[in-house]
Amino acid sequence: METIPAIEVTDVHKSFKTVHAVRGINLHIETGKFVAILGPNGAGKTTLVEMIEGIQVPDSGTIKIMGQTWRENEDQLRKIIGLSLQETHFIDKLTLWETLRLFASFFTIGADRCEEVLEMVGLREKRKAYVVNLSGGQRQRLALGISILNKPKILLLDEPTTGLDPNARREIWAILKKLKEQQHTSLILTTHYMEEAEQLCDHIVIIDQGIILREGSLDQLLGDVEIDIPPRIAERRKVTLDDLFTALTGRHLTEA
Amino acid sequence: MKNITNHQLYQMITANIKELVREPGVLFWGIVFPILMSLGLGVAFTKKKETVTSVAVIGKNHLIRQPDSASLIEVLLRTNKAPIEITRDGKITRRLVIPDEKLGNSTFIFCDLSWQQAMVSLKRGNLSMVVDEKGGALQYHFDPMNPDAQLSYLKLSKLFGNQGVMLKPAGDDIEPLTVTGTRYIDFLVPGLIAMGVMMSSMWGVTYNIIERRSKKLLRRMVATPMKRSNFLMALILVRTLMNFVEAGLLFLVASLVFGITIQGSIPALFVLFIAGNISFSGIAILLSCNTAKTEIGNGLINAVSMPMMVLSGVFFSYHNFPEWSIPTIQKFPLTMFADGIRSIVIEGAGFTEVGIPILILSISGALMFMAGLKLFRWH
Repeated sequence: METIPAIEVTDVHKSFKTVHAVRGINLHIETGKFVAILGPNGAGKTTLVEMIEGIQVPDSGTIKIMGQTWRENEDQLRKIIGLSLQETHFIDKLTLWETLRLFASFFTIGADRCEEVLEMVGLREKRKAYVVNLSGGQRQRLALGISILNKPKILLLDEPTTGLDPNARREIWAILKKLKEQQHTSLILTTHYMEEAEQLCDHIVIIDQGIILREGSLDQLLGDVEIDIPPRIAERRKVTLDDLFTALTGRHLTEA
Repeated sequence: MKNITNHQLYQMITANIKELVREPGVLFWGIVFPILMSLGLGVAFTKKKETVTSVAVIGKNHLIRQPDSASLIEVLLRTNKAPIEITRDGKITRRLVIPDEKLGNSTFIFCDLSWQQAMVSLKRGNLSMVVDEKGGALQYHFDPMNPDAQLSYLKLSKLFGNQGVMLKPAGDDIEPLTVTGTRYIDFLVPGLIAMGVMMSSMWGVTYNIIERRSKKLLRRMVATPMKRSNFLMALILVRTLMNFVEAGLLFLVASLVFGITIQGSIPALFVLFIAGNISFSGIAILLSCNTAKTEIGNGLINAVSMPMMVLSGVFFSYHNFPEWSIPTIQKFPLTMFADGIRSIVIEGAGFTEVGIPILILSISGALMFMAGLKLFRWH
């Protein structure tokens, strides 16, 4: 029996005035898979994720979440989706615990689940701290905690570690790896850190200028294309996604 | 029964209250400042004050009795027992006090100056009047547009015109109006309460929404099953609650210090207060419905609130404005609200008198709320 994909994106286009941000993207994400959408700034990652989140409406094409479209099923879909946006600011003068309780109330979730989440994101000792006094990494962990409050079937994380130092980034990765082991959640995360995609995801989609350049598992991606790097460098390190991206576009992933 | 603390409206209301009370600036500007302002203005406009006016006498040695010549002004001052005083820089002055128990004493300080010196002092605002002797009579020079100078002229000319003899204590024929309802403070406090509701709604609702939109918090919240109406309702309810506290405290202080009482119907005042909150909340939602820039929000709030603050009769009667403008001013929500509160507090009005303003404020507020909601941008 054929199972319903978690997310199905079919020939989606989106333009803003003169910018054609997404140009005919197709995606098929199976339930339980962790998928990275990798691309430089301005590649169309956020626009694509916002359309999957139901925040933006595609100019053409269809998006189905668990077989349902946003137009007819917004209320049901909001209950099964968790998300974390780039740079969300929460209410400064609420404590971390109060912020979790506030967002939990939107899903009619009680204090017990908030305790669990606090434990999962490692912020138990900070529960009484005001949001304004949290570090960047702690705030990002709070945002991640809020996104998993409702035990979402689909988790969308838009650049969850951008701007964080390597330690804070690794803490986020550890939480996501634990989530992968514990729950049956499908994850889409956008990033321009290839290491993040390599560490966390089963499937990697490389996009640039609104189109998919390549997609597959890490091994498939690195095995499919002949990447020409100087032998002197090849002796010292493995071929990376950045090398692949450079081979495909002539630019590096981290270039703006 | 479900735990009420898990309900989103409960959580949003408590979150808004906590945010409000944890910000000391909000408490100061929202509660303490209006009370201080009413105290300051109330004391300034209700206390009997002593007025001190400087008067230049043109010529030399007109203030001291001369053996060979008689100066009219010197005679008049001497007759009224105005003592000679020497200033720190050695100048001779005479101090004439016209006592007045009811309106406050008027003190005139006379000093000898040349015409040129007198003009310089006038320009610097150190003088109100210049007195000159011509043909055996006094001549008064002052700016006819200056009400203080006019009053000084009336007092001095009355005294000196009577050959410098005070026939009876000044102001004996005056009965000052100090009964409750006729003082400036009685006019001011209802205006301040109305203005407080307007400013609190504008800044508390409009600015709050725009700031949350600019920080992407609105977008994050609507990505959950949060009811959008609950979000706005919580914001408005908390602001209304805060407005009740603000207005209550302001009225309590005004009542204790100045003896202000509510002459009319308290239930009508309560309903009018709710109507005022509906009106300004509606305006606040409409103003905040689209922009994500706090700078634009500042401009919008000022563009709407400033004209009403100036024109709606908060600090002084709008009947001072040209006759043709008054019908328009009376249609402003702040004017309607302030006039309504005044009519209940001062004039003893009830539902009959404020029924129409209550309806207009409520309906216009609800319409603006709906229009704002229609245009509202959550992302």
